[in-house]
Amino acid sequence: MSDTIVWRIAGGSGDGIDSTSQNFAKALMRSGLHVFTHRHYPSRIRGGHTYVEVRAGTEPIRSRGDGYNFLLALGDSFARNPQEDAYYGDEETKPIAENLDELREGGVIVYDEGLIDIEEIPDFEARVEENDWHVYPLDLRARAREKGREVMRNTAGVGATAALLEYDLGHIEDLMSDAMSGEVLETNLEILEDAYEDVTDTEFTHDLRMPSGEHDEQQVLLSGSNAIAYGALDAGCRFISGYPMTPWTEVFTLMSKYLPEVGGISEQVEDEIAAAALALGASHAGVKAMSGSSGGGFSLMSEPLGLAEMTETPVVLVEAMRAGPATGMPTKPEQSDLEHVLYASQGDSTRVVFAPGNVREAYEQTRAAFEIAYDYHLPAIVLYDQKIGGELRNVDESFFDRDPDPDLGATLTEAELAEAAHHSSGKFNRYRHDPGENGVSPRSIPGQKGGRFLAESNEHTPQGHISEDPDNRIAQVDRRLGKHDSIRRQFEEADGSHQTLYGPEDAAYGIMTFGSQQGTVEEAVDELDDAGYSVKSMGVSDLMPFPEAEVTDFLESVEECLVVEMTASGQFRGLVQRELGRFGPKMHSLLKYNGNPFEPHEIVEGFRSVLEGDEPATTTRFVPAAGD
Amino acid sequence: MSAFNAIDADRDVAREEYTPGIEPQATWCPGCGDFSVLKALKGAMSELGKDPEEILLVTGIGCSGKLNSYFDSYGFHTLHGRALPVARAAKLANPDLEVVAAGGDGDGYGIGGNHFTHTARENHDITYIVFNNEIFGLTKGQTSPTSPKGHKSKTQPHGSAKDPVRPLSLALTAGSSYIARTAAVNPNQAQEILTEAIQHDGFSHIDFLTQCPTWNKDAKQYVPYIDIQQNDDYEFDVTNRREASEMMYDTELAIHDGEVLTGRYYRQDDRLSYTEEKQAIGEMPDEPLAERYHDDAYEWERSYDLLDAHK
Repeated sequence: MSDTIVWRIAGGSGDGIDSTSQNFAKALMRSGLHVFTHRHYPSRIRGGHTYVEVRAGTEPIRSRGDGYNFLLALGDSFARNPQEDAYYGDEETKPIAENLDELREGGVIVYDEGLIDIEEIPDFEARVEENDWHVYPLDLRARAREKGREVMRNTAGVGATAALLEYDLGHIEDLMSDAMSGEVLETNLEILEDAYEDVTDTEFTHDLRMPSGEHDEQQVLLSGSNAIAYGALDAGCRFISGYPMTPWTEVFTLMSKYLPEVGGISEQVEDEIAAAALALGASHAGVKAMSGSSGGGFSLMSEPLGLAEMTETPVVLVEAMRAGPATGMPTKPEQSDLEHVLYASQGDSTRVVFAPGNVREAYEQTRAAFEIAYDYHLPAIVLYDQKIGGELRNVDESFFDRDPDPDLGATLTEAELAEAAHHSSGKFNRYRHDPGENGVSPRSIPGQKGGRFLAESNEHTPQGHISEDPDNRIAQVDRRLGKHDSIRRQFEEADGSHQTLYGPEDAAYGIMTFGSQQGTVEEAVDELDDAGYSVKSMGVSDLMPFPEAEVTDFLESVEECLVVEMTASGQFRGLVQRELGRFGPKMHSLLKYNGNPFEPHEIVEGFRSVLEGDEPATTTRFVPAAGD
Repeated sequence: MSAFNAIDADRDVAREEYTPGIEPQATWCPGCGDFSVLKALKGAMSELGKDPEEILLVTGIGCSGKLNSYFDSYGFHTLHGRALPVARAAKLANPDLEVVAAGGDGDGYGIGGNHFTHTARENHDITYIVFNNEIFGLTKGQTSPTSPKGHKSKTQPHGSAKDPVRPLSLALTAGSSYIARTAAVNPNQAQEILTEAIQHDGFSHIDFLTQCPTWNKDAKQYVPYIDIQQNDDYEFDVTNRREASEMMYDTELAIHDGEVLTGRYYRQDDRLSYTEEKQAIGEMPDEPLAERYHDDAYEWERSYDLLDAHK
């Protein structure tokens, strides 16, 4: 991955960093490059240091990079008074000061000298010299003010970036023309072109240039949140209920935009108990429905989650993890809701949990969640986090060219109900003890003739009436829990697996992770194999039911394994041990919980801790295998 | 061609059709007011010619929650306090269903209070029956949100320090468009009110006084009851929010002085139901969403056609 540009745009939250970076990423995609973005932002409406990285290269990109090589430091227009020792620190200089540690040797810095006083940054000159950085001060604010308004300084910054990387303005101008019109467009174009030309006329000291590439087919740029929403739409989901909470709000917002356009329903409700309960109500009445939240809201959903399991009401929930406990760090990713999502709610869990490892998997597994939920009458959960929800990457447009699947699964029509088994009282046997090999007793929908039954949260008879009879209890529990075996069997017999293997099949060592860290692990595998190690990886997506055979095969095939996860207590490693009952002495943990997702080099260093006994990166924690 | 042919079957339905063969006899305590709710509901549904299979009866947890064990229709026995969110979504998914929710006073005014106020605010076209016995019955007689101040129980040994919830006033403030109180001891009025409430296009709230002879009061303590529409002492306009509010306030005080006032307290007929409101802003289809999944001719939209914004 040497041939990549990692461009970081930094400034104040609320300064348009996000939209500027998205447009830049899209321009690069249009010009034939593969792109991948990484967002870092505080939990505040305005102000506070934020940045977005756009990584671009000629080959498909799986992860954020190790550090970055081009900084565009805008001023923070919402910074507190720098003369006072403000609570949030010296905010005016943060767009540079906070970003220097990760800037690679030989990197480029463009900063707005109209807003940032470089003298305020400790040791700046010395660090520049030491790291061979190339610094281009530009008064972006003055350029914007002169022609238009101050907010247009982002445009001047993009113009300067393009000039320094010798990247043609064509696609950037096209995108601006799509998004703006009239005088605003004219002014922006003028600012863009002026900055470009003025910078082009100066003397460059750096070597970095934007690579050029070509795509074989039309690309689309989208995030994990987009992919989840699209997966739901294509699965025939036409009902969502929710309550805002970062970062799940992105999926809720997207669905609330699309659903009314396709004759669906979106409901913002009083709390997450209601949100999940509404999804159950809609599903019970015959509509494919979903809800979702982040950790704290998902806590409230524990109740309806168990109700879905007991009444065997199909529903899809998405859970966007963030650093906890309690309010935690709302805008920071973590994977520590794993056990929460697997086991929340009283009684034995009968749910299915997927943790997609990238944008494509987010789409595929959301579709799979609907299929499984409606075929097996249980809640299916898509577990993700702010990292995968917010990162943009390019995908072949044709990936989405497939048939929708609005099928209601194991649901009878009135004609089928007329033939189905009923109790002598006329009630439909909704919860038969022995409905067949996969344990699913088909359901009816209210309003159908001949289908009436009681969806019952108490333990119940086949007709749904309350019963505490021991034999009935055993029959119902065994059937409900037995669905896990059927689902596991279905997954094992399917053509593709939800688990993602990467690297040489015969590698001696393994790295295992789940969910959003998959791409970063894969990049680390490349780096390690390039460095002469023999390493492969497995990204696990099926968390319940657990893919026992696949994970066993993987762990048996390697001498030792590093388990990478964004938790502080090694929840995923614990899950593997719990499910497989062995491999404890083989699995070392690499944990990260400082609010930032793994970078490839941290995994490389963690792996070297296993083999060489090196110290791991200070941002991570290494826990050796049991008995080591 | 509907996939739901029990709906609008337009036939005479005898009250016996609502009696389930599995549990024909309710197991509430002798003298319990809950029997009257069951009887009134059967009477009202029969009067309206509702097929048991076009009705979805959603209940919470408590003695009241067993209503759908003893009433034969589609049913959903949910969780403590959670009947309303399940019920209202079912109505959104298929507005042709006749959706009734029921639960106790702890269920609706305590643990489910948030859902109660928001469902009323949104004015879903469903009927909500609250069995108000001023006590927690199934868990053996603890103080409930409607128990009077000073009420002693094992969980409030020194007597409750709290003023009780005002169910009618709460419903009015929250936005319910039909509000009534009836009593188990007055079966005729109960059936009339339930019939009206089910017919009303909007959220109907019925505070149903159901004596609990085991843990609280017996039927005698709700007699004599006064029907405010039948009594010249209580003249007010049920469509006037201010007058209704005053009448409710008096009623909620009077019950703790042993005076049982019942009847219709408020109705607002010109307000759109939630379904109509959502349809008016283009957020809800005209045809029941539940039907679409059975329409083989429907061309399902797909994300592939939404990708222009991502290019």
